[in-house]
Amino acid sequence: MRKSSSILDRRAFLAGTAAIGGAAVFAPLLPAWAQSGTRGLKPDMPTLSGEDIALRIGHSPFTVGGRTGQAVTINGTVPAPLIRLREGQNVRIAVTNTLEEDTSIHWHGVLLPFQMDGVPGVSFPGIRPGETFVYEFPIRHAGTFWYHSHSGLQEQLGHYGPLIFDPAGADPVAYDREHVLVLSDWSFMNPHTMLRKLKAMGDYFNRQQLTVAGLFRTGDPEQQMPLSERLMWDRMRMDPTDIADITGTTYTYLINGHGPQENWTGLFRPGERVRLRVINASAMTVFNVRIPGLPITIVQADGNNVRPVKVDEFQISVAETYDAIVEPADDRAYTIVAESVDRSGMGRGTLAPRMGMTAAVPPLRPRPTLGMDDMGMAGMGHGSMGGMDHGSMSGMDHGAMAAMGQSGGMTGMGMGDMNMRDESLAPPDMKVGVGVDMIAMNPQDSVGKPGLGLANVGHKVLVYTDLVALEPNPDPRPPSRSLEIHLTGNMERFMWSFDGRQFSEVVEPIRFARNERVRVTLVNDTMMQHPIHLHGHFFEVVNGHPGHHPMKHTVNVLPGSKITFDLTADNPGDWAFHCHLLFHMHAGMFNVVTVRPLDGGPA
Amino acid sequence: MKALLIAVLAAAVGTPAYAQHAGHTMPMQAPAADPHAGHDMNAKPAPAPQPDPHAGHDTGTATPASPPAAADPHAGHDMGTMQPAAPAGPTDPHAGHGMGTMQPAAPASPADPHGGHGMGPEAGPAPVLPEAPPPPAAFSGPRHAADMLFDPSDMARAREDLRVEQGGATNYRVMVDQLEARIHDGRDGYLWDAQGWYGGDIDKLWIKTEGEGSFGEKTEEAEVQALWSRAITPWFDFQAGIRYDFRPDPERGHLVLGLQGLVPYEFEVDAAAFVSDEGDVSARFEAEYDLLITQRLILQPRAEVNLAAQEVRELGIGSGINDIELGLRLRYEFAREFAPYVGVEWERKLGETADFARDEGEGVDDLFFVTGVRIWF
Repeated sequence: MRKSSSILDRRAFLAGTAAIGGAAVFAPLLPAWAQSGTRGLKPDMPTLSGEDIALRIGHSPFTVGGRTGQAVTINGTVPAPLIRLREGQNVRIAVTNTLEEDTSIHWHGVLLPFQMDGVPGVSFPGIRPGETFVYEFPIRHAGTFWYHSHSGLQEQLGHYGPLIFDPAGADPVAYDREHVLVLSDWSFMNPHTMLRKLKAMGDYFNRQQLTVAGLFRTGDPEQQMPLSERLMWDRMRMDPTDIADITGTTYTYLINGHGPQENWTGLFRPGERVRLRVINASAMTVFNVRIPGLPITIVQADGNNVRPVKVDEFQISVAETYDAIVEPADDRAYTIVAESVDRSGMGRGTLAPRMGMTAAVPPLRPRPTLGMDDMGMAGMGHGSMGGMDHGSMSGMDHGAMAAMGQSGGMTGMGMGDMNMRDESLAPPDMKVGVGVDMIAMNPQDSVGKPGLGLANVGHKVLVYTDLVALEPNPDPRPPSRSLEIHLTGNMERFMWSFDGRQFSEVVEPIRFARNERVRVTLVNDTMMQHPIHLHGHFFEVVNGHPGHHPMKHTVNVLPGSKITFDLTADNPGDWAFHCHLLFHMHAGMFNVVTVRPLDGGPA
Repeated sequence: MKALLIAVLAAAVGTPAYAQHAGHTMPMQAPAADPHAGHDMNAKPAPAPQPDPHAGHDTGTATPASPPAAADPHAGHDMGTMQPAAPAGPTDPHAGHGMGTMQPAAPASPADPHGGHGMGPEAGPAPVLPEAPPPPAAFSGPRHAADMLFDPSDMARAREDLRVEQGGATNYRVMVDQLEARIHDGRDGYLWDAQGWYGGDIDKLWIKTEGEGSFGEKTEEAEVQALWSRAITPWFDFQAGIRYDFRPDPERGHLVLGLQGLVPYEFEVDAAAFVSDEGDVSARFEAEYDLLITQRLILQPRAEVNLAAQEVRELGIGSGINDIELGLRLRYEFAREFAPYVGVEWERKLGETADFARDEGEGVDDLFFVTGVRIWF
């Protein structure tokens, strides 16, 4: 909340201007596609397209909830302009930096030569103040993507926008109208202050912790949690309510730059097929998205078409995109609910036939708490030992196992004897040091699991196993080797890493031979979820649909679980590989992937 | 006697570490207590030995069934040999397994014979491929690809910035845990207890200060510690440095060795041993706990015990346990950083220290009402 006085003064001035100017000041700060009351994307809309595009990165005021702050913007708006290109074309994008610090643009999910990927220190040196960098690359594929800063914490300050590549041929997805939904999280707190608060006090933003009062209130998770279980969490020095590091206590959740009060509204005509291009451009927020009264048909994930699958709700992790078709038949409004995963707030918008129509906004649902699975002990202590992977049990304390089997549940007694940080379960190349507070004992593949808190919501929720690639996977070869990467952390110290090493420790890159096919398993040794993003490639999430595994650029690994993907390392160069929770990346959960040899040009 | 006391002190300092292991069976921090000591650690390098997936492949049928563990043809294989020592060699372990049939020739076919290959979460154990190092080609070419296209010195600068940014940041915190008035019949006083740190995730400079006195009188006790703090376990910091007591007279310097951190059940503890410039050995153990009544109303029990290995007559300190302090503070967090509180504090001098106090005509126990504020930034 505290800022230097000069910023305060400026904000006070801007707030005054906003109060006088009202909507007149507000409206021009949003691109046409993001303005409330939009009829959707139209060919005549002032969208950035063609072969030459110019972008300027600078500071602009941003107003939400009646308050104005300073944002880092592209061409003056939050979100940034929509860039719409066509598969098969070339594009030159000149990015001018008017900030007083370095900046960059990363084209998220786009297959391009590595030097155009936009990660300072990996793909290029960054864009210095006053300089212009020209990105130039061919558009090789179609789909919904986005772009954002890869410098410092600028992404938290508004430096993100949508990117659409239209297919060269016919689009397999038919629709009458389309809207872009850029979901994001905004705070008036300086992001560097946010990180410092997290380092100083890991639960700083969590105002939904277990309390004594909660024991006596109906509807609180405390009521359902036996005292022995609460004591167990205390004993482990872990917090079952630690679902999101940064919460609605400081965030305003945005849909297309609009807070819940501003109620972004997209128009439709009853009976139309409306395509929603949903992009989670948040710094830290995983959203549960639903439109009460309207089934949602997912048709694309991370820019790649999937067989249509009808759901009532989907969880979209940070940096993922989903394209959906909705068919509102009635002459009524529908609320778009984008609830933060910890239920501390929501983004809210409306689909309506006419401006000004609204529908009921459902209240936030009770917050979820972490459980056995999230500790990497899925299936343990519940008598379902038969289904367990005994291979990974080798390092376990068998005495403790026996005790747990008898206790038959997640009780303090049974758990107290468990070793939550058994080094023998770590691969030999993992560093089990200060930065690792847990090693998942029995991590289960989470492709079939709904996201945190969505197991019992009473309607169909998208899971990764629902995703089936529309086209056959391009590389039918089986992987020739496997690689296990552990997602590691220390919640108390807010340290995050791969295989126990923060990037700042000077780590070896993850090396692939060009065109090599590798099966990569991400094992989450933490009690938080991590959306892991690999630049410059799509990988196939191994989800039980061989040959048609969904191709993704970002995969969400649930707490204490694992996810496997197959990768054809066909894009030579150096690529960033990281958790897309901005502050996790900034706390060390980052590495470089190298693909060699370089010669022969891009694959 | 002295040796015994030193042993007691050592135990006091060691308490958090012990408690930590007790609740957590943490082999990595207490090798002697490793519950897995009896386990064959040689098994460790093998990545989670699992039922061999090739067992099913060898049958030629596409039915993976449940490979009988005992019949695992690779059971006796040293997994190390699966990792191509000479990566130029045949790295594909499936070479001899008729992998051609594995390739999803008709991937969309509902009768996909590979459906049962454990590709999905419910489909049984995932196939285990060898965890092999990358082939030699992966090591070819330049170390940094972008150095070929951009000024290598610009890239070096950007790389260093990137390295430091992703995990290497320096932070700080100043926590005034107690800043309070102590209400006592006829002799109201004050007390402060504050700590600040500056540094990275592992190494920090840690400053602590505490003191107390009565209003209108000279400050009775005031000390400052400057410590190097190093994270040695996920929850504990080792601390070493100096402490200087400005009060009481005569002023004294000490060397400090301590442990600070979080024990199971979320108690914050701080245990330190001191050696003064006179050679006197003493120790202090503090513990506190935050009990959330509501999200903002927090009850904090707190305990402190002081010990000495020998008497220091001029300071009224006897050998053994000198005193014990128990406090209970109820704070309200208007903001995380600003929380006024009220509470009670009970202090009791013990042993020789109590005798000295009685000799001086002072009481040996005290009960205060306290009110103050907890502030941090």
